[in-house]
Amino acid sequence: MSEFKQTLNSSLGKKLIMALTGLFLCTFLIVHVGGNLLLFNNDNGFSFNVYANFLTHFPPIEVIAYLLYLSILVHALYGLILTVKNRKARPVRYAVAAKSDASWSSKNMGLLGSVLFLFIVIHMGDFWFRYHNDKTMGFKEYRTDLATGETKVSDYTPANAEFSHSVSTENNVEVVRVKDLHARVAYSFSNIIYVIFYVIAMGAVAFHLLHGFQSAFRTLGWVHRKYTPVVYFIGTWLFAVIIPLLFAAMPVYYYYLSTQGAH
Amino acid sequence: MNLTLKVWRQKNAQTAGKFVSYKAENISPDMSFLEMLDVVNESLTHKGDEPINFDHDCREGICGMCSLYINGHPHGPKRGITTCQLHMRTFHDGETITIEPWRAQAFPIVKDLAVDRSAFDRIQQAGGYVSVNTGGVPDGNAIPIPKVIADEAFNSATCIGCGACVAACKNASAMLFVSAKITQLGLLPQGQPERYRRVQSMVAQMDEEGFGSCTNTGACEAECPKEIKLTNIARMNNDYFSAKLFREEEVHEQGH
Repeated sequence: MSEFKQTLNSSLGKKLIMALTGLFLCTFLIVHVGGNLLLFNNDNGFSFNVYANFLTHFPPIEVIAYLLYLSILVHALYGLILTVKNRKARPVRYAVAAKSDASWSSKNMGLLGSVLFLFIVIHMGDFWFRYHNDKTMGFKEYRTDLATGETKVSDYTPANAEFSHSVSTENNVEVVRVKDLHARVAYSFSNIIYVIFYVIAMGAVAFHLLHGFQSAFRTLGWVHRKYTPVVYFIGTWLFAVIIPLLFAAMPVYYYYLSTQGAH
Repeated sequence: MNLTLKVWRQKNAQTAGKFVSYKAENISPDMSFLEMLDVVNESLTHKGDEPINFDHDCREGICGMCSLYINGHPHGPKRGITTCQLHMRTFHDGETITIEPWRAQAFPIVKDLAVDRSAFDRIQQAGGYVSVNTGGVPDGNAIPIPKVIADEAFNSATCIGCGACVAACKNASAMLFVSAKITQLGLLPQGQPERYRRVQSMVAQMDEEGFGSCTNTGACEAECPKEIKLTNIARMNNDYFSAKLFREEEVHEQGH
């Protein structure tokens, strides 16, 4: 066991932990953006609320979720430890700032990471924490006529405080009662300050992953003439362009909807 | 050419240093950077001042002794050369040039612009060698090596150990140097017996010396006078994790 400890405590070992947690968080982003595309479904939040309910009530996902929270904390903590150690390696700074060829994002991973950590705390506080602990959060009842496929939505007030969700079918009508996270999303994203903060944070995601995704592969030692360009391509287009743009589109779209509703 | 130099002066590792400005007058554009400093030192000596201390030896770019962080670049603004190969025509008349020593915890300042780079020697001694048995002299061409592999090993072997990678890195990491030394031996058949022991010993010594860790910014590769590639670092990481996580150094549990 001490051999593993020594390996993980070496400078390369700490970077290994950064790389593995970082890549795990990257895979999470794919799932997260995929699921959240349901926000663009114009169905009064039916599919999104059912999806949110599924995520919080399906045990394997819950296990992975706790692994995910652990990864975020470890990634942030090791990032901090490495930054402190790296600063100690140069106690006297240069008078002239380095003009070496190196991308802006590669030199500012700590700054970008700090923005992201702040974002995650606010983001989880607003949605995850409320979803789990806010007793005042409302419920919605979706009645779908299975013959016509039409869905009617109404507010639902549970009879007892312990109620979480229910699915039942009566007379060819499917009744789904779930917590209304969608309303919370719409409410949060009607605030312009909040929307701007989300868009900035997604910019930080883009630059963090533009460098981070390919850097993780280098740290693991997986550099190959044939595959490294593929890694760069995925890191640039999927993780630094498509995913942040899709995420940023969500608050912007909901802000747009809120301004439409006001008129 | 007439230039203003802002030079870091520091008596020794214990005392604090500061920048002092000097005029470099009547400098020929064909002089090397070190010759320009020689001229300045000559005038300082005539005035009875202490000359500027800087490292140099071969002055033809192969020994790795010269250093200097010039206007934000180790070995000056040009690519693929050392300070001794840098000519004054790179600068324009009247320019102010800031000259700093390599800045790293692991490279303590000896005096002025000269730093102690013996940390590199200790890393090299920790494992940067191959064992050669006594006996008959083997035929140099007896072991076939693919040309691309030999070329890659020799590219890594061109590292002169000047420390520009440490100076350029925002983390003062020595990984480009260490990985080049590991790769030049690890790629070749003669380096195989000690390959996985070597990478562990050299990385352990590197950590011991207090260098930072790699963020893959690529600044080292950009500033290396011998243009050592960043792929060396990935290869070192691969060997290190392979050694630590997958290889058995001892087949059975040792009782002692």
